[in-house]
Amino acid sequence: MKIEKSTQEIIISSHGDGGLLTHQLLQEIFFPAFRNEWLEQAGDAAILELNDLRLAMTTDSFVVSPLFFKGGDIGKLAVCGTVNDLVVSGARPLWLSAAFILPEGMEQAELKKVVLSMEETARSLELPIVTGDTKVVDSGNRENLFINTTGIGLVYPEAQFHPRNIQPSDVVIASGSIGDHGAAILAERLGFTSENSPVSDCAPLAALAEKLKPYFNEIKVMRDPTRGGLATTLIELAAAGGVDLLLEEKMICVKPEVSAIAGILGVDPYFLASEGRAVLIARAAACSDILKTLKTVPGAEASSIIGVAWQGTGNAYLRTRLGGTRRLKMLSGTPLPRIC
Amino acid sequence: MHKQTDFQSRDEVLAQTLMERVNRLGRRLAEEKGRKLKIMEVCGTHTVAYARSGITDLVSGYLDLRSGPGCPICVTHQQDLDRVFSLAGLEDTLIVTFGDLLRVPGSFTTLEKEKAGGGRVQICYSPLEAVETAARNPLAKVIFIAIGFETTAPAAAATILQAEARQLTNFWAYPVIKLVPPAISALLQKGNPTGLDGFLLPGHVSTVLGSNAFSFISKSGIPAVVAGFESLDLLMGLYTLLKFIAEKKAAVGNAYTHVVREEGNETARKLIGRCFEVEAETLWRGLGVIPESGYTLKPRYAEYNARQQFITDVAAAETDPLCICGEVITGRATPHECPLFSRRCTPSSPVGPCMVSPEGACGAYYHYM
Repeated sequence: MKIEKSTQEIIISSHGDGGLLTHQLLQEIFFPAFRNEWLEQAGDAAILELNDLRLAMTTDSFVVSPLFFKGGDIGKLAVCGTVNDLVVSGARPLWLSAAFILPEGMEQAELKKVVLSMEETARSLELPIVTGDTKVVDSGNRENLFINTTGIGLVYPEAQFHPRNIQPSDVVIASGSIGDHGAAILAERLGFTSENSPVSDCAPLAALAEKLKPYFNEIKVMRDPTRGGLATTLIELAAAGGVDLLLEEKMICVKPEVSAIAGILGVDPYFLASEGRAVLIARAAACSDILKTLKTVPGAEASSIIGVAWQGTGNAYLRTRLGGTRRLKMLSGTPLPRIC
Repeated sequence: MHKQTDFQSRDEVLAQTLMERVNRLGRRLAEEKGRKLKIMEVCGTHTVAYARSGITDLVSGYLDLRSGPGCPICVTHQQDLDRVFSLAGLEDTLIVTFGDLLRVPGSFTTLEKEKAGGGRVQICYSPLEAVETAARNPLAKVIFIAIGFETTAPAAAATILQAEARQLTNFWAYPVIKLVPPAISALLQKGNPTGLDGFLLPGHVSTVLGSNAFSFISKSGIPAVVAGFESLDLLMGLYTLLKFIAEKKAAVGNAYTHVVREEGNETARKLIGRCFEVEAETLWRGLGVIPESGYTLKPRYAEYNARQQFITDVAAAETDPLCICGEVITGRATPHECPLFSRRCTPSSPVGPCMVSPEGACGAYYHYM
């Protein structure tokens, strides 16, 4: 067989990592086809105005291997992921849908475990799952369970979050340690789990947002740094806001077990996903009050100010512990374990 | 904020102090010479670690850090990459590889594209996973891509021995293992054409070979120091090297003594010796053919050698004439001097391997500088 250059572009796994190739798909295929004012908001959720109401709607599909990991499972993740996209858009989640694509051969007991986990997470938020769908595919892998959830929420009137609101001197706040979920998944995949290995931070952010409500008019924008991690989220915010964001490495909390696994694999923890953290940019004058409030929220005790916005051209920079500065660039391709 | 241990804060004070000393000495030396000092970090992991810690930025006023031939993917010749990737298109093969290799561009394809097109490609962290995969998939022909330097060779040897012990008949290794000292020798063959003032030697390779394996460098008159990878190790390596340069001491130092011994790790070398032998010549990207610079499997293990057992017909390698990866990995150019860098060549559509490997010089420059 002779191997020769193929001219046909096909979908490769990097198209799904939230980095440059994902953006390319959006720009070249999805946006041109579907273009409309709501889609073009390009936020975590679309904000839909209906009479006097502002609704937020978001959808997300979940694929994770393994299905069960330290700190969560695909079911909990599927609820939290969609809830958090609504929450960081300034909305209170009201309804959720759940669609399942089941692999032929999957054990029903396993599916039940996933579904009960979704139910438990949704119940804790008093969030009904109001509609759903089930399909079965022959995917050749019994682990290939896919879940899609769609959420609808009501946007609080005082929430006017948008990156264009970011001003120089605004501060960047993170609601805890970074990269826990990504590190936990890597550890599972590579068989590095132990008593001390990373635990996913997968959790709903609804309670956190509830507590922050009094400060909503001081908050410029809020995001959950999932796929692509803290770095990608801030690079996107800097670009969309037309400001530079300067982060202080020593203020960013990375748990020792997370930095250990990142170190072994040669990946940057700032690009590893968190699934229960919020990053927000707020007016400097309000930041100490916001921080104080955040620290009273269970799970957000380790909140800290991690950076500041400057006048600039839309880039994110990191000042290292030693005082050197490096630019953060959008990830291209999922972080890969290295050779040596 | 996450509570810092006292140990961490002590380390930080120490790092700051060392950084100041490096700054003072480095500036003085550059002033004396009337130019920046040119130092080659041989190992790709060092290129990344110096950049990521911010040291590359902090020393940029007086140090010109050059990457060396120490990123396993970057030094692999296009022809070898093409052969390796073509294995994924054969019937019933299942390729097990380190993650780095997935997106590396061959002339015609990548493993990631082969996988998307139906080829079976599996990423491993430990080479022994490949043996497990072979045991679990008796109908697949499992080929482990044993790419790397002396560091990965012991683990690659272990896969062969384990496959033999378990009497697996569906496991092969494709050795693309290169040796670091001959590459440095080759760099120095024509004297010191790139005008290097010092070498930072690879920490991981030295754990296996020992710092003594690099003593030949002293003959060139260029000081060299083995360094580790944490901030303190990076600074200690740099500081020791600068001191050697100041004292005009052409010696090989070890600033990674808590890990690297002068004599290296004999057990690991014995393991290599059981399965591998040095081949007469090996083709490198950028350096050409270097005698006795790569491992191949011993004749006793020829049946496990995928290079001999799977012959694919691959068209002649195509490389972009503008790509200067070969010059970058020999310290003759920095990534910024490449006309393709950050324009046509980016990590998502890399032209040369230095851009796609996370340890590659161009990738490191793209992501961190």
